[in-house]
Amino acid sequence: MADPAGAVGRPLPRSAARRLAFGRGKYADDLRFPGLLHLAFVRSPHAHARILAIDPAPARAAVPEALVFTGAEIAAVCAPWQGTMEHLPSMVSPPQHALAVERVVWQGEPVAAVVARTRAEAEDAAGEVAVDWEALPAAAVRERTLDADAALVHPGLGSNLCFATTIEAGEAAAALANAAHVVEGSFSFARHTGVPLEMRTVIADYDPGEGRLTVHGSHQSPWHQQDTLSRMLGIPEQLVRVVSPDIGGGFGIKLHIYGEEIAVSAVSRLLGRPVKYVADRMESFVTDVHARDQGVTARLGVDADGRIGGLSVDALTSLGAYGSYGRPPISEGMMTIMMAAGAYANANYQARLRVAFQNKPPSGMYRAVGQPIACAVAEQLLDWAAHAAGIDPVELRRRNYWADEDYPVKTPGGLAIRRLSPRQCLDRLADMMGYDDLRAEQERLRGQGVYRGIGVATFLEMTSVGPAYYGPSGARISTQDGATVRLEPSGAVRCVTSVIELGQGTHAALAQIVADRLGVAAADVGVVGGDTASAPYGGGAWASRGLTIGGEAAWRAADGLRANILELAGSILQADPAALDLARGAVCDRATGEARIALAEIARIGHFRHDMLPPGVQPELAVTRHYVPDAAPFALANGVQGSSLEVDVETGEIRLLDHFVVEDCGRIVNPLLVEEQIRGGVVQGIGGALFEECRYDADGQMLNASFVDYLVPMAAGLPDIHVGHVETPIEETALGTKGAGEAGTVGAPAAILLAVNDALRPLGARVTALPIGPEAVLEAVAGARP
Amino acid sequence: MKAPRFAYIRPDSLDEVLALLAEHGDEARILAGGQSLMPTLNMRLSRPRVLVDINRIDALKGIGLENGTVRIGALARHAEVMGSDIVAGNLPLVADAMPHVAHVAIRNRGTFGGSIALADPAAELPAVVLALDAELVLASARGRRTVAARSFFNGLYETERGDDEILVETRIPALGPGYRSSFMELARRHGDFALAGVCCHARVDGGVLSDVRLAYFGSDDRPRLAAGASAAAEGKAWSGDVKEAVKDALGGDLDPIGNFHASAATRLHLARVLTGRALDRMVASG
Ligand SMILES: Cc1cc2nc3c(=O)[nH]c(=O)nc-3n(C[C@H](O)[C@H](O)[C@H](O)COP(=O)(O)OP(=O)(O)OC[C@H]3O[C@@H](n4cnc5c(N)ncnc54)[C@H](O)[C@@H]3O)c2cc1C
Repeated sequence: MADPAGAVGRPLPRSAARRLAFGRGKYADDLRFPGLLHLAFVRSPHAHARILAIDPAPARAAVPEALVFTGAEIAAVCAPWQGTMEHLPSMVSPPQHALAVERVVWQGEPVAAVVARTRAEAEDAAGEVAVDWEALPAAAVRERTLDADAALVHPGLGSNLCFATTIEAGEAAAALANAAHVVEGSFSFARHTGVPLEMRTVIADYDPGEGRLTVHGSHQSPWHQQDTLSRMLGIPEQLVRVVSPDIGGGFGIKLHIYGEEIAVSAVSRLLGRPVKYVADRMESFVTDVHARDQGVTARLGVDADGRIGGLSVDALTSLGAYGSYGRPPISEGMMTIMMAAGAYANANYQARLRVAFQNKPPSGMYRAVGQPIACAVAEQLLDWAAHAAGIDPVELRRRNYWADEDYPVKTPGGLAIRRLSPRQCLDRLADMMGYDDLRAEQERLRGQGVYRGIGVATFLEMTSVGPAYYGPSGARISTQDGATVRLEPSGAVRCVTSVIELGQGTHAALAQIVADRLGVAAADVGVVGGDTASAPYGGGAWASRGLTIGGEAAWRAADGLRANILELAGSILQADPAALDLARGAVCDRATGEARIALAEIARIGHFRHDMLPPGVQPELAVTRHYVPDAAPFALANGVQGSSLEVDVETGEIRLLDHFVVEDCGRIVNPLLVEEQIRGGVVQGIGGALFEECRYDADGQMLNASFVDYLVPMAAGLPDIHVGHVETPIEETALGTKGAGEAGTVGAPAAILLAVNDALRPLGARVTALPIGPEAVLEAVAGARP
Repeated sequence: MKAPRFAYIRPDSLDEVLALLAEHGDEARILAGGQSLMPTLNMRLSRPRVLVDINRIDALKGIGLENGTVRIGALARHAEVMGSDIVAGNLPLVADAMPHVAHVAIRNRGTFGGSIALADPAAELPAVVLALDAELVLASARGRRTVAARSFFNGLYETERGDDEILVETRIPALGPGYRSSFMELARRHGDFALAGVCCHARVDGGVLSDVRLAYFGSDDRPRLAAGASAAAEGKAWSGDVKEAVKDALGGDLDPIGNFHASAATRLHLARVLTGRALDRMVASG
């Protein structure tokens, strides 16, 4: 569909970024509400405890105007929810209340809500609420959660096991037994979280006059929030409206249903006043969903030529105390076992997954869900196999990718793959990196005691997950998105979308798509969204779906509007609509391209001069379309990442020298947006590789719930990130896009892990636990010394 | 995350400050750059009744050079120290350390005096003033006194300063002829508090070290002068053997506190590696 003269494919800067840079962003916390009350929570200091009594009297004594609502009081007006999946009856998940009622199951779980005139007073009062606890033993160490004597997170379940499954394809055991080279490793991926800059925010405003609840907040899926609020609070859905204004990043963290958000709405309803809660950073660390937290043992066998014979993967994922409502908590582990080595030809695969509860904050979707783990494990095994077989790691990969004639492929992990382009990506990457020169330099520097490492990792990125996954689970989450495209009287165009903008720039790309379809400039198209009362129903923002699903909906809506405009123009010009076209802001003759009438003139007549139209002509200058991604269960982007780094083997420091990505996200609507996503994603991947970890002690106390100790990558320590593109449009949609939002995060940890181990290879040292801090490097080096 | 209630007073003269400190004692807290104090208030880790804002006290500002001694007013901002020609010309160790102190935004507010008074064991400047044998001038309604940096730091965030005293200035001898210094730090990310850090100061004459002072941060519960390691280098021509002797001796000087960023053993190892590198560089720098 791409029009060479059009906006799609062009690196157009987005105006919203300028607005944010001018300080004119309006986040939920910036909005003003007359009569607003502020809410603070009383939280559990224990990872597991019984609540014996809650006494609000001292709080009322300290702040006489304060009101205290206990978990039981909120439960009286708000139903609990349960994160089970209809299609997975063996997966267990207990009911969860907005605030804990009898027992707390993680440190930081809210047990009471305190409302006052200011946040400071609410905190003053919350600090005085007296809670009588009976501390209970906690399950807080991944490897021990399934032991027979482990403390039970939910005693009623009889075990901490949430879910278990296996995959058996071909003859993995025999293939591994007969392989010329077998490599194996036990890997650990720390628990971490997404730390968006804007913390979770909610302002609930219940109007007792109409019985209407309006919620402004930082939610990535206000639709899901609307549905949940309506049902849990028993408010008819037409009276519930959720608005997401500017959002300061989400990364999946703001996708979920949180007890706090629901409790704030319940309190607003009880008081008939607007009530606001903004998580502070310490609260965010102990309440935002956590992710990763997985141990994986894996073995790979290759023949003498380095061809894969078989693979086995055994994964144990540690959830928190609950999975998230409507979002399968087992995804982290499922993605790991489904996607490991998916780009490589292999028939023999064996996998086991166990998912267990712990006394830690609930688990949920964080950018790239499970895929960084799949990628790091498989790619590290491939690197070790290459060395065992005496083959260059890049060459070994080239030998093992599915051949072009293999497609479509059903991988032994269960992925249905239409087509991938890893060979093209690898060749581009090797070229961009100057791979051969880097290897030569590495060799030369090793002679001087300088340890450089090179890591090259192939990644797959599952995007735009459709109804085949969410439908059967029974989750009340829509996988379609919608758009209304409207011609305004001036000839300008407005698009109202269900896609949520959280800084990623999707709205700007939608303008480009709509513009091309209507023959106008991208700047002539205004895009808004984020209000469930006025936007078409949809999914929101998650799983790198905005352009593939929401973009396709916008394309279809614009296409429908285009037909309507041409029909109206036909009746005005007394011409056959099929002989007309839209280009450069005018209706023109399809054959000659000659302009016949300005779009603005059509718009003026269509809106204001119905008297000039022939009888019976009803201009329809707004069109709504939705797009359900039904042709495939998901789209699959792919690419290759390369890391070049240096390890100081005396101090354990890792210095990133350069990072390279060649990605294939199908049709590129705006390369600036794709590159922003790739670079940002790589940075989060670097976080996972080197820095980020929610540290807990064995009793379930988080030890680093602030940015002093929870380290994220900072700009000054980052290498240049070079991005290249291969463009293989998918055929199922008019646009041909796949997602690009998670690719960077999927592949970066693998590339860095491989590069670190490549640097340490001459010392016989290896690291297998992420994040890799200096201490781990030093221990590996010391452990390898004879 | 809002601070509990406190009274806020912003006096215009040092005498008023001293009177307030005399009146409120440990119920009062001095507010300088606020870069360490404000977070502890907001996290409700500290609940003083009175904040005494000293930002208007001119007597605490400025950087000067007099008779071979550099005077750094307690309110001199990190950024001002970092940009000072007097510091660059006379205190290369301070100049080398400054870029490691936090980040630009924090250096614009944070003060030299605040950093010394806080006595964070992972902070750079307390170790720097130890290595340079600085003197700290304290004032109270009772009068003024001068305390040697080496007698000032008592433990984790603990110093000789009384509750009614304010740190007025730091006096640091300018680097003498024939003397050199060297600074090295390891942090997880640039600007973070240190995993290990060393400040070296010595006379170097034809490769022979004397008057050696090695000070460490990011290790013990306080910035630490390493007497044994310094002695192991004293009077020696710098060599691989001397380096090893210095590193060995360090084990007797330091008593590192481990945490999840690095264990005690790792911190000692890192301090040793840095010591070798910093002294190599110092000797080579001539
Ligand atoms: C993100 C971040 C990173 C940082 N990284 C580093 C780092 O790498 N290295 C480092 O050294 N520091 C670091 N800091 C701390 C920073 O340097 C502080 O500014 C400094 O430690 C304290 O100075 P201040 O002027 O802000 O003091 P304040 O916060 O105002 O006060 C700190 C304490 O000292 C007391 N005090 C202040 N001035 C005086 C005085 N004149 N007399 C007596 N008592 C006084 C106060 O009462 C208070 O108890 C960091 C801070 C932040 C927020």
